[in-house]
Order: sequence, then C-alpha cells, then structure tokens
Amino acid sequence: MIRARARTEPSPWAVVAVPVISTLGAFLAGAALLALAGVNPLVAYLDLVSDPFGSVFGWTETIVKAIPLILTGLAVLLPARMRLWNIGAEGQLQLGAIGASWVVLWTPLGHTPVAVPALLLAGMAAGALWCLIPAVLRAWLNVNETITTLLLNYIALLLVDYLIYGPWKDPASRGFPLSAPFPPAARLPALIPGTRVHLGLLLALAAVAATMFLLTRTRFGFEIRVLGDNPQAAQYAGINLGRNILLVMAVAGALAGLAGAGEASAIAGRLERGLSPGYGYTGIIVAWLARLNPLATAIVAVLLGALFLGGDGLQISLGLPIAVVSMLQGLIFFFVLGGERLAGYRLAAPTPRGAAAAKSR
Amino acid sequence: MSVFVTAVCAAAVRAGTSVLFATLGEIFAERSGVLNLGVEGMMLVGALAGFVTTVRTGNPWLGALAAGMAGGLLSLIHGVLAVTLRANQVASGLALTIFGTGLSAALGRGVIGVPAAGFHAVALPAISRIPFLGPVLFQQDPLVYLSYLVVPAAWFVLYRTRWGLDIRAVGEHPEAADAMGIDVARTRYACVAAGGVLAGLGGTFLSTAYTSMWIENMTAGRGWIAVAMVIFATWDPLRAVVGAYLFGGVNALQLNLQAAGTSLPIYLLLMAPYVFTIAVLVFATRETARKRLGAPAALSVPYSRTG
Repeated sequence: MIRARARTEPSPWAVVAVPVISTLGAFLAGAALLALAGVNPLVAYLDLVSDPFGSVFGWTETIVKAIPLILTGLAVLLPARMRLWNIGAEGQLQLGAIGASWVVLWTPLGHTPVAVPALLLAGMAAGALWCLIPAVLRAWLNVNETITTLLLNYIALLLVDYLIYGPWKDPASRGFPLSAPFPPAARLPALIPGTRVHLGLLLALAAVAATMFLLTRTRFGFEIRVLGDNPQAAQYAGINLGRNILLVMAVAGALAGLAGAGEASAIAGRLERGLSPGYGYTGIIVAWLARLNPLATAIVAVLLGALFLGGDGLQISLGLPIAVVSMLQGLIFFFVLGGERLAGYRLAAPTPRGAAAAKSR
Repeated sequence: MSVFVTAVCAAAVRAGTSVLFATLGEIFAERSGVLNLGVEGMMLVGALAGFVTTVRTGNPWLGALAAGMAGGLLSLIHGVLAVTLRANQVASGLALTIFGTGLSAALGRGVIGVPAAGFHAVALPAISRIPFLGPVLFQQDPLVYLSYLVVPAAWFVLYRTRWGLDIRAVGEHPEAADAMGIDVARTRYACVAAGGVLAGLGGTFLSTAYTSMWIENMTAGRGWIAVAMVIFATWDPLRAVVGAYLFGGVNALQLNLQAAGTSLPIYLLLMAPYVFTIAVLVFATRETARKRLGAPAALSVPYSRTG
C-alpha cells in the first residue's frame, strides 16, 4: 500500500512540480475518459489548447473567462482563511446578476451615467446579503456552512428562472426566458477596444490587491488568520468569532456578486440562464490550486479560464457538453490533492472544524 | 383517510427513496470517520451507469448492479485520497462531485432521450391491500422494497454486529480501535465503498424507477440533501427514513400543487425541497447540540499511527 510520509519541509521543486505533474496526470486520465465518450482525445486536446492560446483573440477571450474566476476564487479563499467553506459562490454570482439587473431594469438609474457604478454596487450588495444567510446560520446557530452555501446555489438558480420566466421576462423576447436588454449606459465599458475584455478585469485585479492588503495589513485580516490558525486561542484573545464570520462571508458574497454583475452587464447584457458555466464551483479549485494565495489566484484563474474557453470550442467542434470541463477540473483537483500529499506538503487551511483540536490532543 | 393524503404519502415514499439510499450510504462513511461530499457525483454516475445498462440489457436489475458498482468504484477515489493519502476530505469530496457531474454528462450525451424499460410498481400480495399502509408502502417498485430491507440491515450491522462495533470505534476513536487490532484503513475503505454503492443505487432509482430517462444533472442536489439528512438522522439508519420521507413529502406536495394548477409560480415551488432541507438542518443542529448527539468524534480527521 502507498503511504504518504510527512516531510518536515516542502521540497522547493514540489511547489512548481506538483501542479504541473498533477495537471499532466489529469489530462492523461481525461484522455482515457474522452476516448470512452467516443471522442478522439488528441483531436479534443488540440481544440482545447488552440482556442485559448492559438490567437490574440483567443488570449483576450481567456482573460474574459478569467475575470469571474478571479472573483469567485477570492470569494472561496477569504472564508477558507478562517476555515469556512464557501461553496456557494455560484449562487452569490447569480444574486449579483439579479441585483445588477434590478438596478438597471427597475430603477431610473439604468439610463444615467452612474448606471455602471450603481449596478456593480447593487450586485455586490445582493451577493453579500445572499452569503449572509449561511453566515448568520453558522455564526448564531452553528449550522454547517458547507451544506447551506451549496443548497442556496440551487435556490439562487431557481430565483433567476422565476424572474426571467415570470415578472422580469422581456415582452419582446418572443417567449424566450430573457430579461430586457441593458441600455448602453449600463454596459461595462470594454478595456481593450475590439475585444470583450471589460472593466471587470481592473476590478478583479483591484480585488486581488485589496484582498492581499486586507489579509496582511489590517486588523480584520489579522483576526481572520488567527481564527484560521488557532480558533481557540483567538477566542481567548477576545477575537469575536461570530462577527468575523459575518464580515468575511459578506465580503466573499460581495466578490462573487461582483462577478455576476460583471457577467450580466459586460457579457450577456441582460439577465438570462447560463450566465455562469460553473464559475462559482471552479472558484473552489482556483482557491485551492492557488494555495489560498490571492496573487496566485489571478494566475490560476487564467489557466482555468483557458480550460473554459477550450470547452466552449469542444462544444462547437465535437458536440461535447461543457460539463467535460468539470470532468477535467475534477481530475486536476484529484491529482493536485493526491500530489500535494505525496510530495509531503500540506495546506495551512482550510481543515475542517475540529481537526486542529484533534491534532493538539 | 382521504385518497389525496394516501396518494401524497405514496408519492413521498417514492420521491424520498433515492435520498434514503444515499443517506444510508453516507451514514456508513461518516460513522467510520470519513466525510464524503462526493455523494452528488456518485449518484449521478450511478444514475447513468444504471440507465445505460438497463437500456443495453433490458434488465433494470443489471442496471442496479452496474449503478452500485459504478458508485462504489468512484468512491474508491475518495478512499485513496482521504484514507490512504490523508488529503482534506472536504476538498476531495468536492472534487468527486465536480468530477462525477462532468463525467456523467460527458458519457451520457448519447443516451439523452433514449427510452429504457425500467422498474415498474409491483403490488405485494395481501399486504398491499391493508388500508392506507398498503397503497403507501406496498404498491411501489422493487427498488423501494429493496430500501425497506437495507434500512434494518444497516441498523443491524451498525448496532448489533462486531463489524458495526469496529466501524463505530474507528469513527469515534481510531487510535483506540487501532490498538485493539482493528484495521482502521480497511474499515474506512469498506465504509466509503458501501457509501458509494448505496449512492449509486440512489442514483439509478432516479433514472430507472422514479423516471425512466437520463437527464444531465438529474439528481438536482439530492446528494447534498442526503448529506444534510445524515445530520438530521443523527447518524442513525432508522432516523434516516424520517428525513428522507419528509423530503419526499415536500417534493410530492409541491409536485401536486403544480399539477393542481396553483397560482404559485412553479420556480418558487421548486425551491421548496431546498428551503425545507436548510430548515431541517437548522433544526437538527439545535437538537443535536441540545441532546449532545454529536458527529462521530473523528469525522473528517485523517488517521495515521505517526500522527
């Protein structure tokens, strides 16, 4: 039987080698499964790589996909720093899109020059409020946030359906479940003319910088780190667990909500189904592969964004469902989790509740 | 007892059965100290494997066998990561769900819309004519009857056999169990695999009994509802029945309301099972705290002799 032996220090090569070898392993295993699905894996992989990296347009589209992934990655990362699992970024993203659409379509602000800041703020507020539901349940009633954040994803998606099939349905959409289109004033401006790279990129990078600042330079960040490292000591030191749970989850929800507002405003230009092909779930993998480092989140988001773009291409050229991307992501996640352990370094967080207590026994 | 109540209760049992199988499976895994959040993924792969096998062979029992095997095989990935490599169990389970969702969608694209000769309801002799209980419990399809057998069997194994004692020891105090000569890793692997097999059965119930079709993502969160129901059941197979049928009841009621043409929008009705599960989770968390019925002490803590 294989046994993982704990090393005292990670070997320096492991930091780079583990993700690289893990990804290669994942793609090898994926090739076998693609063959099983009746697809020539070589053809599929060639498509997968040529779309994102084969042209300047491909590169810009990769960035477009990376924008929401940076934000959802951060939305998972922040709570994880204090050992909370936010697997509800998908739903918080949807709420962000709903909040943004509400401001644009149902308030007078939609046609004004302040439409863009207003819709972004509304999206962040909606995402934050949505994430406060599991946060309150966790902080006040100690209800497991892993399950509640996830279940709320299903509810959020149904809420979008309700709105676009019901009260927000565009009468001019000829029966299609779409909201009315956003007016030009409410579309996020393009950052690079002629491409779809939008203002959201700057906002996402600003969020990376803000998260780094928050974690390393503020009292809030200090408290989060202490709570993550040693929850008991933190509480003896007078750090308020409940208040920090609410704060960190609200910020996380706001980040995911910002991603949703960006997708609705910059990409779709309306509220519709399928604004996200799973950016919220992928955010979990982004945060983990980035080893909960905000800066690394941006880099990992670009790589996984390329995978989404490649997946779009596979849908068109080989008729494969976009879920193939989930399959490959799951494999990468498996191999990285296993690879880390085999290479002998472990992540600082998030370990499940109780693990630290058990270890100290 | 009115016809309507009987019909809703029968539908509740039917709608709850897939969650029941999955909950029983997750109880085994968690009792041995392994949290497996991959239930949703294992159910989906089980649903597809069961469906495809039923289509190819025309025999839903072979489908159920394939579904159990597929779920069991998939769970072994979690076993390797969580037990042998001692990786983070939440992360590994999430990876399993992401992977299983994608895999089932990729492999299942060829059988969307294909008809299958799935299970049919079979009225059991004599007992199906008992008023109320007969139509509710004994005019169901064979997989529902199988679940009636698995519930007491699971309870018996956990509480009345040496093997169950080993499982509980490994989940509560692996060091002590190890010192007593119990193979911690082997016990955990077996329980994780049992969880996978039962999740696979829960999946194939959806694709060959509850409906006879394959749809991408057809479990619609039932795997996660099962994880929540394990807490509601306080890790007890008998109490799992209550949670699963309550979920089934909410599902049946909202479907009935839809069919009756209520003015409530369908998408709000569809939220009911998820809202209900969150409410149940809140209730269960308070109850377990009040009665001090906690999770297995070593739940999601990897074990090794060296510590």
